[in-house]
Amino acid sequence: MTYASFFAGRELIDEEFKTLPDEHIATRPAIHFNGGKPRCNRCNNTTNFASHPCARCGNLCTYCRNCIEMGKISSCTTLYTWNGPSPKHHENAGTLHWTGTLSAGQKVASRNVERAICYSREHLVWAVAGAGKTEVLFQGIASALSAGKRVCIAAPRSDVVRELAPRLAAVFPDTPPAVLYGGSPDRNTYSPLVISTTHQLYRFYHAFDVLIVDEVDAYPYTFDRSLQFAVQKARKPESSLIYLTATPHAEWQSEVKTGKREATLIPARYHRRPLPVPKTEWCGNWKKTTVPKNVLLWAKAKVKEGHRLLLFYPHIDTMEKALPIFKEMDPRIESVHAADPLRKEKVASMRRQEIPVLLSTTILERGVTFPGIDIAVIGAEDEVFTESALVQMAGRAGRSADYPTGDIRLFHYGKTDAMMKAIRQINEMNRLGIERGLIDR
Amino acid sequence: MKLCLLCENETEIESWLPFFGAKAPHLCPKCLERLVKITGPSCSLCSRPMKETGMCSDCERWGERAFVSNQSIYLYNEAMQSLIARFKYRGDYVLASIFADDVRQMALAASCDLICAVPLPPTRLAERRFNQSEALIESAGLAHVSLISRLESDKQSKKSRLERVNAPQTFYPIGDAQGKSVLVIDDIYTTGATIRLVAKALMEAGASSVKSITIARSGS
Repeated sequence: MTYASFFAGRELIDEEFKTLPDEHIATRPAIHFNGGKPRCNRCNNTTNFASHPCARCGNLCTYCRNCIEMGKISSCTTLYTWNGPSPKHHENAGTLHWTGTLSAGQKVASRNVERAICYSREHLVWAVAGAGKTEVLFQGIASALSAGKRVCIAAPRSDVVRELAPRLAAVFPDTPPAVLYGGSPDRNTYSPLVISTTHQLYRFYHAFDVLIVDEVDAYPYTFDRSLQFAVQKARKPESSLIYLTATPHAEWQSEVKTGKREATLIPARYHRRPLPVPKTEWCGNWKKTTVPKNVLLWAKAKVKEGHRLLLFYPHIDTMEKALPIFKEMDPRIESVHAADPLRKEKVASMRRQEIPVLLSTTILERGVTFPGIDIAVIGAEDEVFTESALVQMAGRAGRSADYPTGDIRLFHYGKTDAMMKAIRQINEMNRLGIERGLIDR
Repeated sequence: MKLCLLCENETEIESWLPFFGAKAPHLCPKCLERLVKITGPSCSLCSRPMKETGMCSDCERWGERAFVSNQSIYLYNEAMQSLIARFKYRGDYVLASIFADDVRQMALAASCDLICAVPLPPTRLAERRFNQSEALIESAGLAHVSLISRLESDKQSKKSRLERVNAPQTFYPIGDAQGKSVLVIDDIYTTGATIRLVAKALMEAGASSVKSITIARSGS
């Protein structure tokens, strides 16, 4: 591996490389002091520091506690960047090998993305769940790679990164993407096309001409300002920034509506059928009853009709209490949450249709597709179920062309604003889809 | 407002307590709850939790008593394992303060003449930027003296039980502890091999007796 391909676009600490080239390396201190106040140059943290007598430099060293999991940065740490020529890209780097067709809604978005990339602008793609937002990127990425630009798709969660990687590898066979997440084998691989968790962007500096942030409204990106900083640091000063989401937060929604934010809306699914609209149903104090009667009746009736179900609970403890009651219905019924060691296996067996009913926390609210399922949210009024969480969960139903409908029930103990807003948003999308001729009736 | 050193959620303190000089805790109740203190019967020599008080089979097997006793504060459970990994390997020095009060109290109760840290091999010290044993002592507001030093050697944590037990001596005396009782403070007690070697080197430096305090007691 050449130094250029090892270092280009990255900003590294001593522990992250074996040898340094004699030239083309720029350095800066990892911690910047402004009037005695520290700021981490890698993650922009200004509040979470500690210090200790340092055995390396012999002084009292200040270190950043915010990004310590990525390798400790102290006031005696140096950051290294490459300022030599960039590695040459394969001459067919931008050749797109894709034979699919875009829906009318996707076509508009694809054109706008390509233009934003060409003119180094910001653009938001607001595409409903099941619209096919990944395909919308293909043409823009192809023309960027052909122009010798470096492209990164970043997503907040590593499972999304791992799911995106093979799809892009398939359509750009001359440009195998470097796939980056904590512990990934591609760590030191150079590619003009990078697919990365937002966390790994801390290690990049002015690297990308095109930065695409997927699921921009997802945890932890929206709450973590240092991750947003990482995105800004990783892009070149002259670059385009593309945001993808099915559920932009309120501020962005209104910016789109008032024309303050460049955006393309895809209000309808690829299969041209309307989004299933959630129905609300009162279920009493579910915290007491765990599985309210009407919930159990609904579930039994649906299973009898041969449907498979995804049931969302707001918290692990209520979900775990409910599980044995559902297991009486069918012992194959399972539950899953973020820290579940069998999470991947359970999701896989749900995909293989071996599990009739899967109970889940919001961990499965996005990114998963199970063909032909009905959805119930138990305790839909709980504060963890925000407008976007509810829209995302509803978006799991009716995704496949073979089963484009699905029943979605919001079982509640008092309706909330978030529930009503979510239903309004879905109805609004369907209305726009019909108005723009993107939905068959 | 004070944030938990592990999860960065707010720590709780009864509103009237600061009035009486209480300090806000370092950890939130959830993180604190995951750390389990060793209570109940344990080995009189090494602090291993047991059904009845007495000496555990391991300590009996060792035979000659190179040191008086080891006292451990916590079980080395999953939460403690990740805490110590973050403290020692990630280098989050400030986590030592979680144990400051306990270490200080136990050190005073041990009433030894001197406190000594377990030295790190020189290259490892540069790699880690601090010595975890010194960090624990200094965070507890205690003073320590350099009585022993250490040759370059392999990491103890990567070794099997047999390799640890038969580990060659890498500590050697550099100070004078003539007739003094010495207290050693470190992070983990696993087989006790390290503390035995430390104790031997301290005896060579003239120590009359050696005790140890460790944050966690690993092993079943």
